[in-house]
Amino acid sequence: MSEQVPHRPFWKKALFAVMEGNVVTVTVLAIFTAMVIGGLLTAFTNTAVLNAWGVFFSSPWHAINLAWDTAIGVYIELFEGSIFSPHTIAQLFQQASMSTALHDGYLSSVFTPISNTCLQATPLLLTGLAVALPYQAGLFNIGGESQWIGGAIVATYLGYGVSMPPGIHVIVCVLGGCVGGAVVGGAVGLLKATTGAHEVIVTIMLNYIMADFLAYLLSFHYLMQAPGVNPISPNIDSDSYLPHLFGPSLYVNVGFLISLAAAVFVWWLLTRTTTGFEFRAIGKNPSAARVAGVNVERNWVLVMVVAGGLAGLAAAAVIQGTDFQLTGTAYGTYGIDAITVALLGRGKPGGVVWAALLFGALYAGAPGMESITGTPGSIVDVLQALIVMFVAAPPLIRAVYRLRTTRAAGVSQVLSKGWNA
Amino acid sequence: MTTTATERELPVLLVEPPVSSFRRWLAPAAFLLFGLVDILVLGGYSHHGDAMFAFSAAGTKAGTLTLPARVTCYVCGGLTLALALVRAFVPMSVTLRRVAMGLVTFLFLVALLCWTDAGQAIPFYFTDLLQTTMITSIPIMLGALTGVVCSRSGIVNIGIEGQLLLGAFLAAIVTSGTGNLWLGLACGAIGGCLVGALLAVFSIAYGVDQVVLGVVLNTLILGLTDYMFDAVLSPHSTTLNSPNTFSAFKIPLLGDIPIIGPVFFNSNIFLYLTYIALFVVQVGLFATRWGLRTRAIGEHPTAADTVGIKVLAMRYRNVIVVGLLAGIGGAYLTIGSVGAFGEDMSSGFGYIALAAMIFGRYSPIGAISASLLFGFCFSLAQIMGSLNTPIQSNLLNMVPYVVTIVVLAGVVGKVRGPRAEGVPYVKA
Amino acid sequence: MELELKGITKRFGSLVANDGIDLVVAPGQVHALLGENGAGKSTLMNVLFGLLQPDNGEILIDHKKVTIHSPNDAIAAGIGMVHQHFMLVPVFTVAENVTLGHEETRPGGLLDRRKARADVRELSRRYGLEVDPDALVENLPVGIQQRVEIVKALVRNANVLILDEPTAVLTPAETQDLFRIIRELKAGGTSIIFISHKLKEVQAIADTISVLRRGKVVGQAAPTATEDQLAALMVGRDVQLVVSKDPAKPADVVLAVDGLTVTDETGRIWVNDLSFDVRGGEILGFAGVQGNGQTELCEALMGLRPIAAGQITLNSRDITHATPRRRLHSGIGYIPEDRQEDGLIGAFTVAENMVLDVYDRKPYASGIRLNLGAIEKNAAERIPEFDVRTTSADNPVGTLSGGNQQKVILARELGHEPKLLIASQPTRGLDVGSIEFVHKRIVAARDGGAAVMIVSAELDEIYALADRIAVMYEGRITGFRPPTVPVEELGKLMAGSTDAEAGAPGPPGPPPSQRAAAASGLRSDEGATREDTASKRPGGEEGEK
Repeated sequence: MSEQVPHRPFWKKALFAVMEGNVVTVTVLAIFTAMVIGGLLTAFTNTAVLNAWGVFFSSPWHAINLAWDTAIGVYIELFEGSIFSPHTIAQLFQQASMSTALHDGYLSSVFTPISNTCLQATPLLLTGLAVALPYQAGLFNIGGESQWIGGAIVATYLGYGVSMPPGIHVIVCVLGGCVGGAVVGGAVGLLKATTGAHEVIVTIMLNYIMADFLAYLLSFHYLMQAPGVNPISPNIDSDSYLPHLFGPSLYVNVGFLISLAAAVFVWWLLTRTTTGFEFRAIGKNPSAARVAGVNVERNWVLVMVVAGGLAGLAAAAVIQGTDFQLTGTAYGTYGIDAITVALLGRGKPGGVVWAALLFGALYAGAPGMESITGTPGSIVDVLQALIVMFVAAPPLIRAVYRLRTTRAAGVSQVLSKGWNA
Repeated sequence: MTTTATERELPVLLVEPPVSSFRRWLAPAAFLLFGLVDILVLGGYSHHGDAMFAFSAAGTKAGTLTLPARVTCYVCGGLTLALALVRAFVPMSVTLRRVAMGLVTFLFLVALLCWTDAGQAIPFYFTDLLQTTMITSIPIMLGALTGVVCSRSGIVNIGIEGQLLLGAFLAAIVTSGTGNLWLGLACGAIGGCLVGALLAVFSIAYGVDQVVLGVVLNTLILGLTDYMFDAVLSPHSTTLNSPNTFSAFKIPLLGDIPIIGPVFFNSNIFLYLTYIALFVVQVGLFATRWGLRTRAIGEHPTAADTVGIKVLAMRYRNVIVVGLLAGIGGAYLTIGSVGAFGEDMSSGFGYIALAAMIFGRYSPIGAISASLLFGFCFSLAQIMGSLNTPIQSNLLNMVPYVVTIVVLAGVVGKVRGPRAEGVPYVKA
Repeated sequence: MELELKGITKRFGSLVANDGIDLVVAPGQVHALLGENGAGKSTLMNVLFGLLQPDNGEILIDHKKVTIHSPNDAIAAGIGMVHQHFMLVPVFTVAENVTLGHEETRPGGLLDRRKARADVRELSRRYGLEVDPDALVENLPVGIQQRVEIVKALVRNANVLILDEPTAVLTPAETQDLFRIIRELKAGGTSIIFISHKLKEVQAIADTISVLRRGKVVGQAAPTATEDQLAALMVGRDVQLVVSKDPAKPADVVLAVDGLTVTDETGRIWVNDLSFDVRGGEILGFAGVQGNGQTELCEALMGLRPIAAGQITLNSRDITHATPRRRLHSGIGYIPEDRQEDGLIGAFTVAENMVLDVYDRKPYASGIRLNLGAIEKNAAERIPEFDVRTTSADNPVGTLSGGNQQKVILARELGHEPKLLIASQPTRGLDVGSIEFVHKRIVAARDGGAAVMIVSAELDEIYALADRIAVMYEGRITGFRPPTVPVEELGKLMAGSTDAEAGAPGPPGPPPSQRAAAASGLRSDEGATREDTASKRPGGEEGEK
């Protein structure tokens, strides 16, 4: 059947694989291209650089160097803030003895960047799964924010409003967060199942509605506002905090493990269960699924309930892991980030894990980067969006870098066909 | 003659389609709910006193209507309950049903406004409500028109939000930097075209799913404008983020008509541009060769291809050119109203524009009407917020978004979009 | 105008769809292109019409070379095309569809609707193609839509008209009407290229016949050639013209349908008070032009469409309100009309598609967990059993050919030995080899005791397979007949006459009612054609397409 493939040495195979434009290559190149554009943007919105370029012809090398340094500086600081900073190793070895090193926290400061990355990645992974799972079923869940808020409300309330024995309290709050998110997600699924309303518009509207609802809850003391004038909630009980994984100086907590477990769960659900089979069938061809007996509407509701639950878990991880209280802006950009993480991970649980770690790294490094280089942290948002755009269109990357065959799949035509009922 | 003749006499369409009981009782139940709310909530909780409605601009005394608040609420509620009974037991044609729904909504609004203004010293300025509606709706209207042309051409444009945002940003920065309002307006329009170009290229040439692409574009524009706001606009806000704004001017004669004049004909250039845009798109789509071909490529692109119409080229052109409408709509948000650019200025208007387009059955006039409905919700919430009602402002802010969901849920599935919408055209 | 194609070659990757084709169409002639599905007829016509560019070869008009890069060029050269799947925008009027692409305009780009209407009326009159310029195309019956397509081609002054499988959607009587139009066009000097896979029609209307097989012209024939000769040329070997089957042994009633009525949300009645039985061990064939409710009937039987009235019983159990899943589990196998849209999930593997409606039952799943091993084992067994040609059970099923895809569906539906098999257009778009295979398996299912219900728009298939024929027209069954029924009688039933009028075979019965004639737009004096003489062989019709 297949032609005799001549035996090729390994390095040649690897080279061809890289040249061929498969998924890994395209992703790496997409990230690289985004970094280049981001670097240009950083450099040429920096006053010093612009001034230097204003007098370009008098000292061209200076201008170019400055631009380069500014751009590279951003990436170096991001790296040091998120993965590993050589200074910390140096400092570690400068200590007199092992025990001082441990005692004064020099050892843990080596791992602080990675810990922060994992910490930031936790909600991104969970909300990314909340987008990726429905995506496999043909739904585009942009409501991560509203589902997150739903979970946050429940988790926070259970955290301060109800008292329980220590071990139980954490678990109940986490479960409560899950349920809160699941309810909001389920509402979207129910609306789509009964009326056919497209989930893109409904979820975005819900995002605004839940944000307003949260602000409302935090404006009245008889609701969820803590004593005082600020629209924030009371602190949750300390026995509902998520325990740290590696001691008090590293912030990464059990939430990270929960998020990894959730990724495994979603993988198992999609590939090893009948429910996942139905989800994927609906995602690829709803008419054939219907003819085969699958109850499409029921599955829509189910997948959105699970997705909402995942987003709610993300909220619990944040509230119980780092914030310990709920504010009116706590949801931050989790909604949008979820989408970019899911798209970068191509909607597969494994990919979402890596994507969450990458973007988690960006977020972990951003504050440090901003304080050291002066570039606003929102450059990270631009990088995110650019990476996703390039990943979503492999033909563009292939055209730019003159790659060869067409084995990488971009974001395929899954969603637009059912756009209007 | 034979039996076949009589058998086939019955026209096939006269059968009442089977309707589930849920749908049958939904409308009367909803009317019942509204009626009860009118009486028990609005009537029951209203302050004592009269509600005053002013029908001309603030300051003049002419044209005030005074209604006893509580009684009016009861009356509205009673009429609504009567309508509920009629709807439940009297068969009505589709038009009559819509009229009934409109009546119930109107009565509810009257009751609501009475309740709002009951016993207050300041009258409720009705013209203000209408004026604010018109101008708040501008970005929605222009965005919806953009959506209509794109959808009719077969491309789903979720990126309207991004078009609005980029339009707002560019208009602010260019006007502020150059001092020239018209240049700013032009740049805002071009911003809309740029996003449209990205949408067209990535979806047509690179085959990216249009819904995903639209959301990603919105994310990109949001990130870019936020970053530029942090990096460039904030530090240099006096030079780069303090644009002038267009001032209103009244159209002679038309602007002097009582009530209608100030609402429709006394505003800045953006409202007038919207009128022109509506006319151009409506006439264009249904009475010109361009419109016929556009509708053809959205319904049956293969058929259009076989008669020699260049489907892909037309899609590119339409999406890019119509982007200028959304860009202008975005420009309104800055140089047409508040001036300076702020983060996430478009606050969901782009998505509401999409809902308006669907609600308006993909026709320009329908989309405009639906946009006005949403604008009305926003302005009502705003005015009620300023009038010290017991409803907290956050809850009021929710209303337009809730209304969008309700409308969408009720209308989708019954509105058929262009058949090839969202489906990339591949030569067979 | 003489049209010549010289050495046209077109490749799609490694597939050679057209291989050095030479063709000459003389003016005022009907030149038929005969070939089975996949022979390359449509590709050739797409090349001629500018929708595809040939890799080699040239097109000559009146001995002068012309380059055709787009449909516009083809139209300018005087070539018009009526596609198999109509290229009409459903929501436009007839006039709008006809003028699309070369609209009559007033200054400013405004449409001149009056002139467009006048153009349509003028052409209608000239060629006897009655159409109403202001009618919405989606409301028109299929036969009239075809006329609109013809008017569309003629309005651009076509000298050569390509008709691609034009009779696929027509009743026998409407086909006669089309032939009348063709003859009038011929008389006016227009040449016709008539593409078909139906031997009898080609014999009836063509002046010359070119037979295509696997991209090459394998022979030219005159219309006087016999069916056997033509069939042999088409397929390249001796074709079994009949499906050999033993007489049916009907047992108990398996499917009983009583008073079934199906409407849609607009109130339109698709199935109108239908009643019929299917017994185990027999094949009931539903004949009728598509669009008369057959699709809706199948969907209603499978629970995919709500029912307004009536009852459906399977082996005495009432399944009228059962979910599709319950019906599948009760022993119904369903081969849907559109295999790619409704029958298979293209992105799923062959193995997954083979368990598409049983994945939630033992042994493929226990509770919520899938048993991947069992799914693989099933595929490994069924692939050879049903002769599915694929390199691996893990290939996406979308990469398989049409015939193999249909075999996957057969493997799935027949694999769990259904009590009732519903097959809708089971061999549409398949090559002869696959068609033979599918027919064999359907007959085998019947012989195994299953009740089989077939819906087909191909009369040959109905004649070959059915033990009983039911004819559907506008949602009703106009009559039941044995497979020995002559074609004109079947045709009359398909066009709406009921039992009372269609009469028995023999001397001509009472003329069909004037109303029936007007309704389907035919003239009743066109009854006597070459069809009559050739068709009086019950059960001996050719079995291939």
